[in-house]
Amino acid sequence: MSDRLPALRAAIEKLLPEVDGVLGLRTGPAGIVAPHLFVKERAATLDALAIWPKEPVPDVLKKILKAHPTAKLGIVCRRCEERGIVEMAKHAQFSLENVTLIGLQCTHDEAVFCRCSKPATIHAKITVGTPIEGVPDSVTDDFLKLDRDARLAFWKEHFLHCIKCYGCRNVCPQCFCNVCALEDETWVETGRLPMPVPPMYHLVRAMHMTAKCVACRECEETCPAGIPLAIHFRLIARDVEAMFKYETGAVITQSPPQLLVLEEGEYERTGLPH
Amino acid sequence: MIDYSSVLSTCPYCGTGCGLQLQVLDGRLVGVLPAKNHPISEGGLCIKGWNAHDFVQHDDRLRTPLIRKNGKLVEAGWDEALSLVAEKLGAIKAASGPDAIAVLASAKCTNEENYVLQKFARAVVGTNNIDHCARL
Repeated sequence: MSDRLPALRAAIEKLLPEVDGVLGLRTGPAGIVAPHLFVKERAATLDALAIWPKEPVPDVLKKILKAHPTAKLGIVCRRCEERGIVEMAKHAQFSLENVTLIGLQCTHDEAVFCRCSKPATIHAKITVGTPIEGVPDSVTDDFLKLDRDARLAFWKEHFLHCIKCYGCRNVCPQCFCNVCALEDETWVETGRLPMPVPPMYHLVRAMHMTAKCVACRECEETCPAGIPLAIHFRLIARDVEAMFKYETGAVITQSPPQLLVLEEGEYERTGLPH
Repeated sequence: MIDYSSVLSTCPYCGTGCGLQLQVLDGRLVGVLPAKNHPISEGGLCIKGWNAHDFVQHDDRLRTPLIRKNGKLVEAGWDEALSLVAEKLGAIKAASGPDAIAVLASAKCTNEENYVLQKFARAVVGTNNIDHCARL
């Protein structure tokens, strides 16, 4: 990991004079890492530049750009974060025109940690590190070996432990609705734990993440109950790709299926078994 | 200059001590992120921690002490409020003894603050009547 740090610092230093700030990670007290906006007026803070653990930086970028819509910002982003940024721009959260991407290539160990199939950036013009191949997601693969009853039992067991912290929603770079269905009593009863079966909270979120999830796995990482949420989001993403030929964050000019009206014949009915 | 930084803090709600990053944008608190490599919470938070920033700049929050005068709460300075509390506690202690006073500590405070509070109860007031607010 350390070999990328000097190169990343050099890339940020080179970009800083041209932008209002570069969003990256900084090591703080007790070695704990957090997002930080590096600015040229305080370039010395780059001494504490960090790479890992990854943080939900696209969401921070959105927060800054909502307050400063005309600001020119750089952002250090991995592939999943790059995808997140592209999807947010497609959903009008901010304009990509004022955002410069510094692509940070993940290492094999990081890809293994995230069970990531696509760790190499594709949009960033500036990149740091060596692009690598993806790794298999054994957790999802193992889930797929289960039969229908075993899958239901698997999710029932996991969702039983949900404490409804809303962390998976809060941390998600693609959860940015002004009005959230998960705060609507029609779907999610306030204060009810354990979750009812079926757990509407998770089902609503699964539906809303369709053609939006960018596979960053932040939801899974922040879950205090250790629910392997990426499994269902990745399977939904697989189906969206099959049905709508849409991969989140891949093609900047391709509209997401939620923003289109598709006529019969323009999409495929795949008849996938779930 | 745009100013965005994270301030590491400890969740104020219970005694677990989860680590959280306060998101500060241009001097305003705009949100909370869990601290991923924090040794206690390891990147997780409960719903209280995720919303720990909400009350800080809330309009309903009291900004000065209030003293009830003629049945009405009136804004007061800290010196006046603390003097009044000291005077009343002193009067109760003089009239009924130190055990007429009890002190309730809080999980929202730090260890050090709670230490100071028990010291206040035992050494200043002179009572062992100190307990945790969760047993109210």
